[in-house]
Amino acid sequence: MRLLRLFPDDTKIPFMKWRKWSFLFSGIASVLCFVVLYTHGMNTGIDFQGGTLMEVQTKSGPADLEGIRNQLNGLGLGEVQVQSFGADDDVLIRIARQEGGDEAQTAVISKVQASLGDGVDYRRTEMVGPRVSGELAENGILGIISALALIMVYVWFRFEWQYSLGAVIATLHDVVLTIGFFAISQVEFNLSSIAAILTIVGYSLNDTVVVYDRIREMRRKYKRLNLVVLLDLAINQTLTRTTNTALTTLIALAALVIFGGEVIRSFTASMLFGVLIGTYSSIFIAAPVLIFLDPQLAGDKSTKKVEDDEGAVEPA
Amino acid sequence: MLYFSRWKVTAILLTIFVALVVLIPNYLSSDQIKSHWPSWLPGRQIVLGLDLQGGVYLLYQVDVTDYKQKRLKALEGDIRQAMRDEPRLGYTGLGIQGDVVQLKIRDADKFDEAGKRLHNLLNPLSTATLGGTAVSEFQLDQGSDGLMRLGFSSAGLDKRLGTVVQQSIEVIRRRVDQMGAVEPSIQRQGSDRILVEAPGEKDPARLKNIIGRTAQMTFHLVDLNVSPDEAAKGNLPPGEILLKQKEAGGIPMVVDETPLMGGEDLTDAQTSFQSQTNEPVVSFRLSTSGARKFAQVTTDNVGRLFAIVLDDEIISAPRINEPITQGSGQISGHFTVETANDLAVLLRAGALPAKLSVAEERTVGPGLGADSIAAGERAAMIGTVAVVIFMLAAYGLFGVFANVALLVNVILIMAIITILQATLTLPGIAGIVLTMGMAVDSNVLIYERIREEQRLGRSPISAIDTGFRRAFGTILDANITTLIAAIVLFQMGSGPVKGFAVTHVIGIVTTMFTAITFTRLVVATWVRYRRPSVVPL
Repeated sequence: MRLLRLFPDDTKIPFMKWRKWSFLFSGIASVLCFVVLYTHGMNTGIDFQGGTLMEVQTKSGPADLEGIRNQLNGLGLGEVQVQSFGADDDVLIRIARQEGGDEAQTAVISKVQASLGDGVDYRRTEMVGPRVSGELAENGILGIISALALIMVYVWFRFEWQYSLGAVIATLHDVVLTIGFFAISQVEFNLSSIAAILTIVGYSLNDTVVVYDRIREMRRKYKRLNLVVLLDLAINQTLTRTTNTALTTLIALAALVIFGGEVIRSFTASMLFGVLIGTYSSIFIAAPVLIFLDPQLAGDKSTKKVEDDEGAVEPA
Repeated sequence: MLYFSRWKVTAILLTIFVALVVLIPNYLSSDQIKSHWPSWLPGRQIVLGLDLQGGVYLLYQVDVTDYKQKRLKALEGDIRQAMRDEPRLGYTGLGIQGDVVQLKIRDADKFDEAGKRLHNLLNPLSTATLGGTAVSEFQLDQGSDGLMRLGFSSAGLDKRLGTVVQQSIEVIRRRVDQMGAVEPSIQRQGSDRILVEAPGEKDPARLKNIIGRTAQMTFHLVDLNVSPDEAAKGNLPPGEILLKQKEAGGIPMVVDETPLMGGEDLTDAQTSFQSQTNEPVVSFRLSTSGARKFAQVTTDNVGRLFAIVLDDEIISAPRINEPITQGSGQISGHFTVETANDLAVLLRAGALPAKLSVAEERTVGPGLGADSIAAGERAAMIGTVAVVIFMLAAYGLFGVFANVALLVNVILIMAIITILQATLTLPGIAGIVLTMGMAVDSNVLIYERIREEQRLGRSPISAIDTGFRRAFGTILDANITTLIAAIVLFQMGSGPVKGFAVTHVIGIVTTMFTAITFTRLVVATWVRYRRPSVVPL
């Protein structure tokens, strides 16, 4: 049986040669993410804004979105969003946070239920008060920062500080682009999105660490090898692993996005995007960034001068 | 590296066997477990989250401001009383100012006496024991010009809130239990919050209505001499208040502010039916002292109306036709059987010590829960099959090994979830699916390593041996970083996020276990029986 090989065994792809392009690309993409984030903002869900979300299912036939919208607008609850959610008879209703305290929020649910009556099934109701939503947002940001800090310490202990910094730069890059993904796609950003980001952080680091592991091993083996050549070698050697793992993970995630249901789609879709970015960054950002962090990392004082001349130093 | 001692093999196989046994009850109904499953075997099933079986998640917030106001109001009354004790002390300007009650003592030579009397009101909540300091609820701020301020001490308020939350939890538990909810979880969260989770609850609105009610019941005399219209304009005699009636269209009534009796005098409440009209009513029974008080009051006020008030709303206002001495009575208020039952539950369970408001609410209907399980199972199935096919295509025979390891991994994950009784949620299922995608990573790392070693010219056994050894360090480093992120997620997460983090953490751990032990065992066994001349990778 012939086994499926995506790449030949000994690829010699000059990844480091492209680093200027990948940095340029990532730089522009990151800036773009910030710009879109600033101009359009994120479609933050009720977890962080407070407010009410209800999922209802009409009992007879497809839902009349326009009718429901008009009906609910008549209740005077401020901004009301009514949209279809997956199937024809599934409707998602979002109502902005009310003026006043917790009671005002709670009252929304009963008002909507009184208005829509028994013609619909109430599948899901979520209400988050103003105080809780602030705390949830705070905890989310705190969680991402502390995860990054802890991982930085771990990588620093296991490797060297350059790797630690490199891993964090690559991971931050992924976080920024994923946040940009939320801003551009306007997919709802909620608590599970924070979970998605942390998962992406974990995955991307996993990938980066595998590449770094190989770089460290090569460094011990070929003490005088030019860093650029060494990085290329390490990435090429781990390339099949990187792509195969990315593929199986993407396959699993794609199944979740397509078949996992509407409730977790924002979660799974963002993870799908994140795994792609994470794989890209461990090859095109995490490894080449080491060149900038410390040209002497390879222990070769002449590194700087010859770094772009391929083949200037032959592997030992 | 490829040698396994016998006890090690036994341990690995035993682990898998135990996991399988733990999993079996998940495929049995609870009746089958009771009648057929041996009681000495673990008989627990996976706990499904609210999002998978439907149910209610309610986060209540103690209304601290309201509670403080109530306490200060009571303190104000106590102060007035204390100043009236003989010999009376003259004062002016008694009132609540923000968070303190203040008053001014008239005579300069009475300052000390007044200070002494107020000091008695500080209400010690704990006495100084070894190493600890005494905590009083209030603190006294005594000005030299006779201005006295009493406000909460911060330690006192904390302690008070703690008690309030604890009492509230007990009251809520009694209420929820009496409603017959299945395995509700009620716990304190932070300093002033209570989390109630009731999985499988079909009527969230009713549950919410019951839990959130303060249910403070009081009896007041009605003053018919003042018209409600006048009262609404603000012309209320001192010590009287205007309350609305619960009954739709009922006119408000003017009642004495000080209740004749409170809910604490009740010992029991039951639903019953009025003999003539067959209307549901709530009959109650009073404690001995309550009955005595009630008898006295009804004797003194025959012919007058008295209002039965629940949370500042008049439920009914019957006329006292004759003295009621036997210590029991009925409340009628156009109830349905259900509302009468609910009221009886509330009265039996007692009043909440403070107002609670809903800070966060998430309810999932049973229909959506079932749909979510179905969607999760379908996605898991399709995802797994796709990963299995990919591994077969990429690694052939070794793909089979990887897939067996994957199967073992899933068995272990599910078994650990069952043993820990961790809650499985929809994001949790996503965590498992993601883990399956990532779990083959360790195998991929090992196999790619073996390939490389073989290309370098090593013999099959040596290549396999080195491959496992070299990949081991990488697997460890890579998975520990992922584990850190997942643990942080678990620490910070609530509800759905936690559900995801749990399965993800478990998945990473089992993945490391299967990669390091199980896959190696399988490959080693294969090597021993086949003695391959080439590793088919």
